[in-house]
Amino acid sequence: MGLALLVLIWLITFFSTYFFVAKTWWLPAGASTAAPWIDHQFTLTFIIMGIVFVAAQVSLGWFVWKYRDRGPASKVDYSHGNTKMEVLWTALTAVLFVGLNLMGSHVWASERFEPAKAGAVQVEATGLQFAWYFRYPGPDGKYGHTKPELIDASAGGDAAVGLDTSDGSAKDDIVSGTMYLPVNREVDLSLRAQDVIHSLFIPNMRFKQDAVPGLIIHMHFTPTQTGDYEIACAELCGLGHYKMHGMLKVLSQEDFDKWIASKEAEKQ
Amino acid sequence: MATLSPTAVKFPQTHHGGGEGAPPFYGGGGGDGRGGGSNSPDYGQRLRRARLGLVVGITPIVMLFVSFTSAYIVRQGLPTLDVRTSTYVHDWLPVHLPWVLLLVNTVILLVSSGTMEMARRQITRQAALAPVRSIPGVSLGEEKIFPWLPFTVVLGVAFLIGQWEAWQELAARGFYLATSASSSFVYLLTGMHAIHLLGGMLALLYAAITSLLNRPVEARRIVVDITAWYWHFMALLWIYIFALIEIAR
Amino acid sequence: MATPGVVHAHAAPQGFIRKYIFSLDHKVIGIQYYFLALAAVLVGMFLSLLMRIHLVWPTASIPLFGEIKPETYLTLLTMHGTIMVFFVLTTAPQSGFGNYFLPIQIGAPDMAFPTLNMLSFWTTFVAFVVMIAAFFVEGGAPLHGWTGYAPLSALPGAGPGEGLGADLWITSIAIFCAASLMGALNFITTVLDLRAKGMTMMRMPLTCWAWFITAILGLLAFGVLLAAGILLLMDRNLGTSFFVPGGLSVSGNLVKHSGGSPLLWQHLFWFFGHPEVYIAILPGMGVASQMLSTFSRKPIFGYKAMVYAMLSIGLLGFVVWGHHMFMSGMSPYSAFAFSIMTMAIGVPSAIKTFNWLGTIYKGRVRFDTPMLYAIGFVSLFVSGGLSGPFLAQPVLDIPLHDTYFVVGHFHLIMGVAAIFGMFAGTAYWFPKMFGRMMSESLGRIHFFITLAGTYAIFMPMHYLGLAGQTRRYSQFTEVHYMTQLIPVQRFMTYAAVITIGAQLIFVVNLFWSMFKGPKASDNPWEATTLEWTTATPPPHDNFGGHTPVVNHGPYEYSVPGAARDYTMQTDPATSTAH
Repeated sequence: MGLALLVLIWLITFFSTYFFVAKTWWLPAGASTAAPWIDHQFTLTFIIMGIVFVAAQVSLGWFVWKYRDRGPASKVDYSHGNTKMEVLWTALTAVLFVGLNLMGSHVWASERFEPAKAGAVQVEATGLQFAWYFRYPGPDGKYGHTKPELIDASAGGDAAVGLDTSDGSAKDDIVSGTMYLPVNREVDLSLRAQDVIHSLFIPNMRFKQDAVPGLIIHMHFTPTQTGDYEIACAELCGLGHYKMHGMLKVLSQEDFDKWIASKEAEKQ
Repeated sequence: MATLSPTAVKFPQTHHGGGEGAPPFYGGGGGDGRGGGSNSPDYGQRLRRARLGLVVGITPIVMLFVSFTSAYIVRQGLPTLDVRTSTYVHDWLPVHLPWVLLLVNTVILLVSSGTMEMARRQITRQAALAPVRSIPGVSLGEEKIFPWLPFTVVLGVAFLIGQWEAWQELAARGFYLATSASSSFVYLLTGMHAIHLLGGMLALLYAAITSLLNRPVEARRIVVDITAWYWHFMALLWIYIFALIEIAR
Repeated sequence: MATPGVVHAHAAPQGFIRKYIFSLDHKVIGIQYYFLALAAVLVGMFLSLLMRIHLVWPTASIPLFGEIKPETYLTLLTMHGTIMVFFVLTTAPQSGFGNYFLPIQIGAPDMAFPTLNMLSFWTTFVAFVVMIAAFFVEGGAPLHGWTGYAPLSALPGAGPGEGLGADLWITSIAIFCAASLMGALNFITTVLDLRAKGMTMMRMPLTCWAWFITAILGLLAFGVLLAAGILLLMDRNLGTSFFVPGGLSVSGNLVKHSGGSPLLWQHLFWFFGHPEVYIAILPGMGVASQMLSTFSRKPIFGYKAMVYAMLSIGLLGFVVWGHHMFMSGMSPYSAFAFSIMTMAIGVPSAIKTFNWLGTIYKGRVRFDTPMLYAIGFVSLFVSGGLSGPFLAQPVLDIPLHDTYFVVGHFHLIMGVAAIFGMFAGTAYWFPKMFGRMMSESLGRIHFFITLAGTYAIFMPMHYLGLAGQTRRYSQFTEVHYMTQLIPVQRFMTYAAVITIGAQLIFVVNLFWSMFKGPKASDNPWEATTLEWTTATPPPHDNFGGHTPVVNHGPYEYSVPGAARDYTMQTDPATSTAH
């Protein structure tokens, strides 16, 4: 029985670890400035936790086999513990866990403690049941006013975000169902939600942030590679949560400018 | 489960094991192993246990009001988004409380706490003297019993009516439950307090009824004692709530 | 209000109703809770089976059920989580085993307030009925997840089931809060005031410590959940705006509320929600400690450290709730503070794991079924626990929040380790409760299949989460990178079908053994704690007319020089045993 337990526990440990080490399913390719830092912290945590995982499971399997009752030959160590060991492994664990956290904290700080730099691309992302809309403020750099009464999701575009076309700064706003960004430039993203909480999740950018009704949440990231990246909603928002998906297209600065220009031209 | 007979399934036996001799012995708690072998229940121990239970039981009520308080304070300071202009504004509208009426209610409640305390002390004396009365040949004469408990019930009802009046006055001033965040909290805090006070009133009525049934006075004393401490807690809670909604506006 | 202080009148109750339905006997009440939880877990497991089938075959038609629509999937998910967390994990380990064995293990004749105890069970029962009723009302049960985030849960128009079904869901939870608070009151008063002579706090079995600390957590946390539920009911039905901001438009309809904060709901909910998960696991930790010591024939390694670790977990459990909200829009500075505290709470959990291993080390291990489950508990606790430090770091939570990584994490700990604690408790205490032994062979088969099966279901969830598979999706056909992961989901579903099927073995073993199992002696495991000093099953007052006097700690196994390899807590004091 002890042997059966050892074999099962060691097999489970082996297979679990194998798929992690082989990266059979892994984080998708990173395409933002934050990605390498996040992935590095991830790898560090993974190695440390992996060692602890294997050590603990292997010991468990080993002990239950080695210390199985073998009849009168088995001797038991009547011990209530070992205070020195307790103190030692408590201190080690505390240093390890807290240290690990502190090491990753500078990444969090640079992502979240500072606002976007001046000159970042302005984009507003609005989540509603069940689509994302992205608004660009246009040449005047200002988002136009919106009115909840003017919201008409079925009409798409300007009406989906309830753009108040009578407002001066609204005339040059571009609303799109797809997010376009220029590569290697920071984006200052304003997240909004019209009805319930949604969450903008772009795995390749290592970006996730809830869009909360009643708040405008500013986040920033910088894409480093052109390409098409999927966006998924990552906060349960109703029956269509599974199909609330969008696309981010990262273009060269030139192509991005062309896209903006063509959208502005359409509005005339 | 209805089809299982006790012989087929060994459920914990619910009949008395052992029969004759001393009844089951309920040893002292707290690890110090007190309690003698006498047949009468240890009322002192029961009172301590009941009071411990009350302290424990009041804790979640405190947590409930701590939650409401923190929601209140946070909401007060929270700017809200004006969707049209995409700017944040402060929209807290202080409530114009009928504080004179509320002050009167406070006095009523405090007086009721006083009468409740008198009831508690009165029955404590009665319980202390009960063993003496039972000594044959001893006469202590009839003690004058004042109906403190019914008095407290009346004052409690007066308080609840007064709170209802305060709500009517608030409505007359245009503050309904959903008028503003501030008014929602005023109704919430006073309403939840009133519900808990109502629970206390039911306990009071129960205490009053046990005096009519022929329960031993020591047992009745425990009911009155616990109800009294709960009642005092309700008074303190009210003072806290009143201060919160009046001062932290 | 319970009759203060009076534990029992002298005559035991007569008649079926007083003996089995409205019994004041903690043993009967414990069994009632246990069977309520058993009914709940069968419902919850069935819901999860439907979920797993739908995820892999979204258009399949289930016999008698029909096709599962996306909103129905979300309803199944919501009710699965709610029923499992409240009516199984918060009920069986604490109110089931705790009610039955806490008084006996501390040498008391019953709980402090038996009438309150009876009321707490029936209130829980009512809460369960109200919860199930949500399925059958117009619109059906809610779809907002067991976490019920506003405004989705606050606006009846936000989805199917968010009408009357959501109101019933909140009401059921509110009733459950009241029932839990009554139970917590009883447990705490009992531990503080009813211990027998010689049973000091530091001589209590670790199961009693676990039940005690769990009760304190419940006492402090459930009031906050009740507050949140009241505010949500008010927003839904009385026009207030605690959680609903202004300017909302749901399906083209303007929402009349204004000024509320969705984050307020999250703070209140998780202030309760985090202690809740420790409520779910602590009793299992107590049971694991008890099993490992008993079946290694060795004192628990570091009893004091185990007590302090549970106390630390309980205390720290109240200051980490923000780690559920790293992506919520909460201040990043608060996030940092919460994350440090969350890493800190990993420390006492690690201590407990080291001590469990230390208990087996140089012991003399017997492989009775309770021990198998306890060993499984340790393995599962390690696996489930070690994904915690990933999620505890906000920067790593960015890719992992709301993905299957989280689902794998909490299922391994709550959905499997805690359940193994219950399996262990069942196998261990069944002889004392029912006077018969469960089948060892059935127990072994059940253990091996369930351990392998649950790993097969939940370990792959971590890989899926890394790859970006979000949770609470009713199907994976719309997002391209997720369609690539469907084969893994299929594997998990096959594992789930087999594992769920294997639970029949446990249920059969349970009921068959109640009637036909071999008769049990008073102490079949040769264990030391007080429940094994009394008759099987215990008499009405637990100890047959006398009060135990305790001379030893709870885990005095293999004391050098002793005649037997176990010294019961009531054995005469000796110079060698502690």
